[in-house]
Order: sequence, then structure tokens, then C-alpha cells
Amino acid sequence: MAKPMHPTPNLDQLETGPWPSFVTGLKRLAKDKDYVVDVLGHLEHSYQTRKGYWKGGTVGVRGYGGGVIPRFTEIKDASGNPVFKDAAEFHTLRIMPPPGMHYDTATLRQLCDIWDKYGSGLIALHGQSGDIMMQGCTTENVQKAWDEINEMGLDLGGAGPAVRTSMSCVGAARCEQSCYDEAKAHKAVINSFLDDIHRPALPYKFKFKFSGCGNDCMNAIQRSDMAVIGTWRDNIRTDDDLGKKWFAKHGMNELINDVVSRCPTKALQIKDAGAVRKDAHISAVALDGKQCLEIDNKDCVRCMHCINVMTGALSPGKDKGASILVGGKSHLKIGGLLGTLVVPFIKLDTEEDREKLVELAQSIIDFFAENALEHERTGEMIERIGLVNFLEGIGLDVDPHMINTPRTNPYVRTDGWDEEVAKIEAKKKAAA
Amino acid sequence: MAEAQALRKAVECGVPDNDKYMHPMLLKNRGNWKYHDRPRPGVLHHVAHSGDQVWSVRAGTQRQMDTHTIRKLCDIAEQFGEGHVRFTIRSNIEYIVADQKKVDPLIAKLEGEGFPVGGTGNSVSMVAHTQGWLHCDIPGTDASGVVKSMMDALYEDFKAEEMPNRVHLSTSCCEINCGGQADLAVIVQHTKPPTINHDLVANVCERPTVVARCPVAAIRPALVNGKPSLEVDEKKCICCGACYPPCPPMQINDPEHSKLAIWVGGKNSNARGKPTFMKLVASGLPNNAPRWPEVNAVVKNILMTYKADARPWERLADWIDRIGWPRFFEKTGLPFTKYLIDDWRGSRATLNSSNHVRF
Repeated sequence: MAKPMHPTPNLDQLETGPWPSFVTGLKRLAKDKDYVVDVLGHLEHSYQTRKGYWKGGTVGVRGYGGGVIPRFTEIKDASGNPVFKDAAEFHTLRIMPPPGMHYDTATLRQLCDIWDKYGSGLIALHGQSGDIMMQGCTTENVQKAWDEINEMGLDLGGAGPAVRTSMSCVGAARCEQSCYDEAKAHKAVINSFLDDIHRPALPYKFKFKFSGCGNDCMNAIQRSDMAVIGTWRDNIRTDDDLGKKWFAKHGMNELINDVVSRCPTKALQIKDAGAVRKDAHISAVALDGKQCLEIDNKDCVRCMHCINVMTGALSPGKDKGASILVGGKSHLKIGGLLGTLVVPFIKLDTEEDREKLVELAQSIIDFFAENALEHERTGEMIERIGLVNFLEGIGLDVDPHMINTPRTNPYVRTDGWDEEVAKIEAKKKAAA
Repeated sequence: MAEAQALRKAVECGVPDNDKYMHPMLLKNRGNWKYHDRPRPGVLHHVAHSGDQVWSVRAGTQRQMDTHTIRKLCDIAEQFGEGHVRFTIRSNIEYIVADQKKVDPLIAKLEGEGFPVGGTGNSVSMVAHTQGWLHCDIPGTDASGVVKSMMDALYEDFKAEEMPNRVHLSTSCCEINCGGQADLAVIVQHTKPPTINHDLVANVCERPTVVARCPVAAIRPALVNGKPSLEVDEKKCICCGACYPPCPPMQINDPEHSKLAIWVGGKNSNARGKPTFMKLVASGLPNNAPRWPEVNAVVKNILMTYKADARPWERLADWIDRIGWPRFFEKTGLPFTKYLIDDWRGSRATLNSSNHVRF
């Protein structure tokens, strides 16, 4: 039995309503733990005064420079003692989950046992960077909890100016739209940068995210410095049986309004079966005995819309891989940035393919470490120095896939033009 | 003995292989799935080229979970599922079963224990959110409480698939926007410059770092009462709060003047149009804990207007692209104020350079 609860009139109101209540969960923990009694008192104080009262500090585990988020209370009495003394320290351990966030129940139970023993009993599944967040631990218990979690085969994630914990979608494990093995790529990349995760020494944070297709379920283009987004080079695959089944259920109006007219590049047309073009870049799916949906794969940008609507009738091609975008980030300091395409296509089938991905990541991080200003994200650095300087720095050739439009102003010195053309021609020749 | 144990070295193992955590049917058919459909809201049905099938039952959680709740979810997985779960990016839990007969009892058990089944397809899924007053060191508001209030209000739309397309929500407790881009986002918007405790600045803050952090160069070093401190040009200040994390004596949070703003039309997917940023459409909403009714009213208004007016497969951004911004403000009744016209870098691209006008 724990000590008596503090009155929590504000938090009590978050126990009503149908959605699962975190307050009810905290109160259940508070029955046995003085720690959580004071966490609830602390939070109620924030609700009453509408301000936060945790400050950072320095708490870590032996051998690592990051991965623990320290929190010390700032609610103190006149003589400087914590008002909620059992919750004076409320640190979080960030733990990297298995790719795709799969668990067996034994693993979750083991995490619960460790956290009942050393922590508050509060676990967030998951944080916005993808960590299992073991929330609420005293300085004294951080190392002890970490030792047991580490024994489970799990590792701390990133915090501060470091490579951060990554996320990958469910992908190949359960999704027919997956264009590479996201979990393997995720693991290969992240485990190549463990030193940069555990010992923060970069200009600022660096995030990787892995999505298996253009639906980008991991929000990689927006939320990561290097986004790996699945795509394919050959034709959309078709299945006539599933096409007919879809059409029988949904009909021509939905086909036109929801599929054909929503194709962003007008790559779809309805054709009489006999009129479907025979070119190698054309694919077609049967709708009934008479008509087909024809796809001009040269025009298709692999946006995923038609495949999302007609699952199985249409699916990604066989020559799969990923596009790489660099520089996504949120508001501070210069405003939100979406990533920029720097590699239109990379194969990710084999260990060697994944090694090439790691090499690319390494060259980007090296360039970032040497050239970014303090607290500057990769996208901000590219904005400051220009994409071309960045590409030259990491050794990638320019490519028209990287832009929406060419330059719209003449303010550029072009006396190297002939030289550049000669280089391009020479490369073309060498490749031929 | 105790000392030897205390000196345990970390095993720098990194991200684990996920094979041992995965449902065996997923492991068996990895990379070999053929198609999926959704037999009912909250259930995904995947079919492999091998002919194997799995059903995934998705349920909402409170994300900030106590160990009793996690163990209850595990009990359900062991008794009604097949012992394996996974979590989505929006903190929903998924139970994976290879036996269709287990689906209905699993749903009944989850709902009976208070976990709503839904969040698939054209539903309003759970809010991607942050830490807020519970754990963050710089929050302007809470996260879990705002989310609980929002999801209570949107509960039926989580459980049904009746929206035009999927709806992703996020909340963020400061302008850093850790919640990320979403169809609809609730983000703190401060309205007053920081209040500076000049007695503490010299000891707590690395002043050049703080000066460099300001997006509008409004901060400069100054001597205040004989002490080295920082001052803010309040005419330049955009009240973003970027100076507060590196310099806590520059308090940006204010119980009255830290307001909440609503943003719409963020889209992470490449489907149809390219990914888009969300746009600011309402601000000045009070930070009214514990239930934030004013915020919820605007959220619900926008989402229900979208639900009634958008065509199938239109995300919120697609819908506004079709109807235009004037009609968005007309239909939602939200006031279009001068603060919604961008003047940050790149802002000319957000202005109308045509005579395209819908009447």
C-alpha cells in the first residue's frame, strides 16, 4: 500500500469518456507506489497552474553519453526542497524496439517486470522517434534498470546531437506493398552508427526512417534526415481475377472517379480489351470480358494510389528497391522542410546492396558532421550551401529527378557549362 | 561482488533482429504477401502467395501505459490471440491471428476491456503525440490529456471507417512540433516574448548559443543590473520559444498567453499528390485544461465539415485543393485573419499568382 493520494480534481476529469485513460493507469500504479502518488500530484500541479515543472540535467549509463532523458522537479518549497519528494527525479530510458515494433508477450512482460522493480511502471509504446520509453526512474536506478534491459538484447536509443532511434514500417512482414526488406535495411544502417547513437558528437540530431513504399507510413520524407522509401522500376503487376472481382463490386463510376481521375500523372486509361497497347511499358488489368484498365508505366510515378484502391488487382513491380530523400525536419529553426530526392533508385535485395546504403549514409553523416553549423539539421545545411554543393560533397551526380523545375532565375555564373557538358558526355560514353 | 556487478559493461547490441518477436505466420511469408482487404473496421486481412492468411485486429491504447495495462494486453494476446502483437506508429496495438475464428472473440474481449477496435482505413486514427507536462522540460501544455479529450470526442470515428479517407492527427506541446505533420494538428502557439530572469541567465545559459538559436535575430547580449544577460527585441520577436530550451530563464510558457493553434492539410503519403505541409488555420484557443473544450470544438467542426463535403479518397489536403481555401473558411466558419498570410522565407509561393477564383 502506498501513501495517500494527493487530490487530483483536474486529472480525475480525464477518467471519464470512452477512450482508454492514462490517468486511470497511473492511479492503479499509485496504489502500490509512493513514486506514482507524487507523479500524479506533480502533474495535477501542472494542470492547475498550466505550466511544466521538469528540468533537464545529466544522467546516463556507464559507457554511453546519451539515451537517458533526465528530469528533475522544479516544484520546490520555500527552503528549496521538492514538494513531491518521491517524484523529485523522473528520468526516461529510450530503448530501441525491434524493427516493425513486433513483440511476443514474454518480452513485453519482462519489460514490465523490470519497470515495476526499478521504475515508475509507466511505459510509452512508443515515442515519436520510435523508442520504447521507460518513463520515470530515479538516478540511482537508471543503471540497474539498464543492465537488465540490456541483458534482454535491447539497446539504448539516441538523444541530443546524435543519430537517433529509427523506425521501419510493418513492410515485408505483412504488407504486399513492401518494396524491400525494411527491417533488414533498418538494422543494417542503424547498427552501423551505434557509436554516433550512444556518444552524441554531431552538430545536431540525425534521423533515418524506412518506409516500404510511397505511402510512407513512417512519415520518413517529413520526419527524417535520410528517408528510405520503397519503389520499383518495372511495370505495375496485375491480377485479372482480382481485377474482375474489384470491378464487379465497385463498378465503372468508382473506377473512373476514385482510380482513373485520381492518378496524378494521367497514366491510367480505360481501354477495350483488344485496344490495349502492346508496348513493353504497358500493363493492363481485366475489368470484365470487354474492358481493361491500362497503365502506361513510363508515366507512372509509383505514388501508390491505384494500388491502394485496387489491392491485389494491382501491385508493385518485381524490380524493387528504394528512393533516398535527404533533409526532412520540423519547424525550428528555418521552418519545416520536406526531404529532397537525391537517389532515385537503389537496389536493396542483398547484403551488398545494403552495404552500399550504409556507405551512402556514412558519406552523408560525415559531410554533415564536418559542414553543418552547431544545432543545424541536414536540411538546413543544404538550404544554406545549396543542393549542388551537398551532392558534390557526398559524390553524387546531379539528376533531373531531384527537382520540380529547373531554375527560374538567371542569377548563376555558368562559365563552366561546356566543361560540365563534356563530363556528362564522357560519362554517357563510358556507360555505353 | 556488488562492485563487480556495478561495473557491468554495456553490450552495444543495437537494434535486434525482429525474427524472434514476429508472429510465425508473418515470418514464414515475409516478403511474399499478395493482397489485403478489410473485412470490417479495425481488422486487416492479408493473403500470402502461399495461400496463408492472417487477420490483424487493431485497437487503440492510451500510449502512456502502466504495466497493469500492458500485462492486460498481453493476457488478451495469450488467451484470445496467438501470443504476438505489434504497435503502429500511432500507438495502436495489433493482434495477429492465423485463425479467422479467433477474430470475433478477440474483438469482443478487447472492447470489453475498454480498448476500442478501429483505426484502420478511412477512420480517424489515434493522435501522434508528445510528452507534455508529464515529462517534457519545455512544454506549453499537456499531451496525453489533450489526446484523451480529443479521442473521447472522436471515438466513434476511430471505430468506424466513414471518413472520406484516412485522418491522421497530431498534437505538439511547443512549436518544435514533435507530433509532426498531420491532416490536422494541434500545436502550442505562444503570443508573448519570453519573460527573462536576468539573475539566472549568466549562470545557466551559453549566451552565444542562445543568440544563434533565434530565427529572427531578435536576441542580443546585454548587461542588465550589472550582470551579463540577454535581451530580446520584442518588435522582432515571433514568440516561437526557440530560445527557451537552451536558456530556461527565458520563460516562454505562460498560462494565459500560450495559446493553441490548429493546422490542417499535412500529408506524409506520396499517394496522388506529393507530400504536403499542414497550414495554420486557427489560433488563439485557450490552453484550457483538463479537457480543452474550445480546441475540441474546432477540431470536430473541421473534421465533420470535411466528412460531409469531401469525396471518397480525398485526404483533407486533397479536399481543400478542390474546394479552395475561401470555401474552407466559409464552410467551417473559421475567421480568415491577416496572421494566416505567410511572410516567412519562401512565402511568395503561397500567394495566388493567377486569377483563379472560385465564385
